[in-house]
Amino acid sequence: MTRDGAPTRAEVCAVAIAECFRGDGEILANPIGTLPMIGGRLAKATFAPELVMTDGEALLVENPMPVGVAQPDKVISGWNPYRAMFDVVWSGRRHVMMGASQLDPFGNQNFAFIGDPAAPRTQLLGMRGAPGNTINDKTSYWVPNHSTRVFVPEVSVVSGVGYDRAAALGDAARFHHLVRVVTNLCVIDFETRDRRMRLRSVHPGVTVDDVVAATGFELVTSDVEESRLPTDDELVLLRDVIDPTGAGDREVPS
Amino acid sequence: MAPDKRVTIDDVVAEVRDGMTVGIGGWGSRRKPMALVRALARSGVRDLRLVSYGGPDVGILCRAGKVREVVYAFVSLDSIALEPHFRNARQSGAVATTELDEGMFLLGLQAAAWRVPFLPTRVGLGSDVMRLNPDLRTVRSPYDDGEELVAMPALDLDVALVHMHRGDQGGTGQYLNVDPYFDDLMCMAARRRFMSVERIVATEDLLKEGPVQTLRINRLMTDGVVETPNGAHFTECVPDYPRDEGFQRAYTESAKSAEAWDEFRARYVDVSEDEYQRAVRA
Repeated sequence: MTRDGAPTRAEVCAVAIAECFRGDGEILANPIGTLPMIGGRLAKATFAPELVMTDGEALLVENPMPVGVAQPDKVISGWNPYRAMFDVVWSGRRHVMMGASQLDPFGNQNFAFIGDPAAPRTQLLGMRGAPGNTINDKTSYWVPNHSTRVFVPEVSVVSGVGYDRAAALGDAARFHHLVRVVTNLCVIDFETRDRRMRLRSVHPGVTVDDVVAATGFELVTSDVEESRLPTDDELVLLRDVIDPTGAGDREVPS
Repeated sequence: MAPDKRVTIDDVVAEVRDGMTVGIGGWGSRRKPMALVRALARSGVRDLRLVSYGGPDVGILCRAGKVREVVYAFVSLDSIALEPHFRNARQSGAVATTELDEGMFLLGLQAAAWRVPFLPTRVGLGSDVMRLNPDLRTVRSPYDDGEELVAMPALDLDVALVHMHRGDQGGTGQYLNVDPYFDDLMCMAARRRFMSVERIVATEDLLKEGPVQTLRINRLMTDGVVETPNGAHFTECVPDYPRDEGFQRAYTESAKSAEAWDEFRARYVDVSEDEYQRAVRA
């Protein structure tokens, strides 16, 4: 292996991200961001070869492309320009993992702006595709900086739809499905009766109290497990193939 | 043979009048008609309503005081996530916005292109798109399902500005990168349509450049074509040239103070296209 030693926090995150896509079947796994791409490609290279994935732009690619490398080799199996992506999303054949500037207990997500709509205190990305992604397909989130600034009791703007709002829509939200939130500290799911966030697992070296202190609302914390470590095969794939430059460790230092 | 629809940058700018809704092609900091955008930025036009998968086109026009409203789903420089001039304009309350999902945007353009008042979609339900756009209506399916959907209204454009790799004098446009973006739809949604191209070639030579599928814009979709070599600079225009990341960083720095913008503007905006191209080669 190019890097020796025990699994890093970033590698645990990559595995936790990969696990989000387990059992998805032949859909477009679309993780956005550095560690999401690493984790998604790890899933496809190991237990979920049926996943369809992109190069981050308009090509469908079958090989586990390395991240952070200038001109990676691509085994191209398809063309998926932005316009075709909407066909995929609206036909229900995608699981996206997006970022989030704010998340509330029901998974309402904001990355549009914070504050007054006419003159926001902080202009962020805008709505991007979050409203359409969340109402049509499986959605997970990636938070590299788990803190009370991100996990807030109430988001300033709802770009991605959470479970309480989906419930209020009734049948119109029948395709809504938030799967998990993976952070630098833990994995969160929504497997509670009222679909409030539940702490599913903490990464090795993190305590439940650490997560509680970094979360701006009450999390369900019964039955918290420890996030699993990468297998030896996964570590080799991560270090030699998918993330040869250690981009994941730069995003989430150990 | 195809008619001659060649025009100049000044001809295009003369078509854009105060208060118009202007659609700009490309995506983020990719294949933007920057030569046309810069010309608009130094023109006397005001109060524009921009419709764009936004990048520096939106930022420059906001900073130059040309914009009343931005209809957008994002404004990004790709390698720099947040467009700094747009951000400043928003945070100071200088421009109004219509906040849309990327896909609603597509449906609005498609509705305008097809001359229908709206297209139905599930997109927007449950999100604050509905709260932030109080004029947005829903529509109930007239069929047995009775489902309530968002009625995304047509985004009718007065003018569309797009940039393609190659074109001919008749206004056929060809893209040579991997994604056509929504440029053809922008043209179809607009009353007046202008395309800049890296190079005008003879019609019979278009297919030497790429296969027939790359002729995404046919001449039913354009009113004028202008040759602007390096005209998408500093945005990405592969395979002709990559994004100029160094220049984009300098552009981003110009948002840090009024003095920095004045300096940038004097060197790169308030100059002719020829002077600009000489300056960026230097």
